[in-house]
Amino acid sequence: MYNIQIILRREIQSFFNSPMAYIFLVIFAIVSGYFFTNTFFLFGQSDLRVLFDMIPLVYLFFIPAVSMGLIARENNIGTMETISTMPLNTYEFVIGKFLAGLSLIMLGLFATSIHFITLVAVGTNVDYGAIFSGYLGLALMGATFTSIGIYASSVTENQVVAFIIGVFLVLVFYMLDKTLVFAPQSIVGIIQFLAVDYHLSNISRGVIDSRNIIYFLSMIGFFIYLTIQTLEVRRWK
Amino acid sequence: MIKVTKLSKNYGSVNAVQSISFELKDGEIIGFLGANGAGKTTTLKMITGYLVPSAGSITVNDMDIIEDTHEIQKQIGYLPELNPLYTEMRVYDYLEFLAGIRKIKGKQFKEAFARVVEQCGLRGVVHKSISDCSKGYKQRIGLAAAMIHDPRILILDEPVTGLDPNQIVEIRKLIKSLGKEKLVFMSSHILQEIQATVDRIIIINNGKIVANGTSDELMGDFMGNVLLNMEIKGASIESIEHIQAKLPSVKYISLNESNGIQNVQFEYGKNKDPREELFKYAVKNKWSVLKMNPRTTNLEDIFRDLTMEGKKDV
Repeated sequence: MYNIQIILRREIQSFFNSPMAYIFLVIFAIVSGYFFTNTFFLFGQSDLRVLFDMIPLVYLFFIPAVSMGLIARENNIGTMETISTMPLNTYEFVIGKFLAGLSLIMLGLFATSIHFITLVAVGTNVDYGAIFSGYLGLALMGATFTSIGIYASSVTENQVVAFIIGVFLVLVFYMLDKTLVFAPQSIVGIIQFLAVDYHLSNISRGVIDSRNIIYFLSMIGFFIYLTIQTLEVRRWK
Repeated sequence: MIKVTKLSKNYGSVNAVQSISFELKDGEIIGFLGANGAGKTTTLKMITGYLVPSAGSITVNDMDIIEDTHEIQKQIGYLPELNPLYTEMRVYDYLEFLAGIRKIKGKQFKEAFARVVEQCGLRGVVHKSISDCSKGYKQRIGLAAAMIHDPRILILDEPVTGLDPNQIVEIRKLIKSLGKEKLVFMSSHILQEIQATVDRIIIINNGKIVANGTSDELMGDFMGNVLLNMEIKGASIESIEHIQAKLPSVKYISLNESNGIQNVQFEYGKNKDPREELFKYAVKNKWSVLKMNPRTTNLEDIFRDLTMEGKKDV
């Protein structure tokens, strides 16, 4: 546990030592601010629905960008060798990296709470439940995409390649829901269950069902496991 | 103590290391020599647990590298070949991070930090970002990182690459002083460096060990005849050419003459040094001896000999 903390702390320091974290947070804030203020002031809607609909699209590119370097860079500059020859378990390393990426995403998501405050201050009939479940869904989705991004980062030492693989994978899971009309009836259920958007929309509607939570947690677990295996296998090659 | 037994590593169809065995004892500085691609780095990576051997075993203080990887890694300090560093970090933070993984914190870290700063001469840069440090400092930071937990075993892959002659002397001194109590296993391309620093040399070629011994032993084993270069004046050609009749252990090889100076080459066996008799012979024949220079085999010759032979095998 202590090792996870150390990896996490170093990674977060490294985020904020480079312009990367600031650029991410500022752009995230601008994009989310634009979508909130548009509906709020122009259409006078007292909710965060449009914002919540937009954030997954922002995630599609932002999360692979945040996570692309987490492991690929270590492989690229060779620090992986330093880390791998220390008494540190691969899972501690991967989970530390995952939590670091997730922290940045959560910080971005947390920054949108300013809109929630605006809503509470000037809006009417605010549906607190929907907002809470909306945030929960986005947090789970962010964590899932981060685990996918980490996996993409572990299969290559080139950050650009990691980004492209990451975007491709998150896009696949995001778009699955939209391909249902083309799928044979027999596998519609399976595809729907695998689609991130399906589970997100359930939670966002305010229905916090254990099935959806289990889906997100198992996706996160699965990709973290894959990442650990990818790194372990490399030693045996 | 490190014991390597019939160790092999294959990368696909390439046999990087082929069934090598050797033993390294505590308090010994061992040089690991080999041409590029000979299998040095692969061997070091296996000893440090970064790569898993394809066959054979490595035991470090009676622990097996596969079963007790972390226990072994606690006892080893490793400086990888390319000296990878998190360049965006400050020197202090970097060492604190690595010490943290090794559970060295608080007061214990402060002491360890002071020790490596002193040993590696890092005082001027501790609060600098690593990216702002010169190459020599970066190398020393890598070394400090390998020593932060005061390991019993130090494995250094090309520790002096990229350093200037002064820094090389400093690092050599440091390695020598560390070698008094620790086991230091270092690879290098720089033969003089190895010769000046280590107690024992292991030479690897095409994944196989081709020599293992002290530099004197290796030279004894591999040295053939000694070639003696003499510069003389006023000698008659006959007295030079017929030297073997008077001194049977000396063989005449060649003679060049320029500007009145005769440059003669003789050869003699390594165990019989005939220089004294040769000098007396010169006096008797009224040669003026300007220079007498025996050229013995050096490590470079041995290295070239062993590694070129290996190439012929392939």
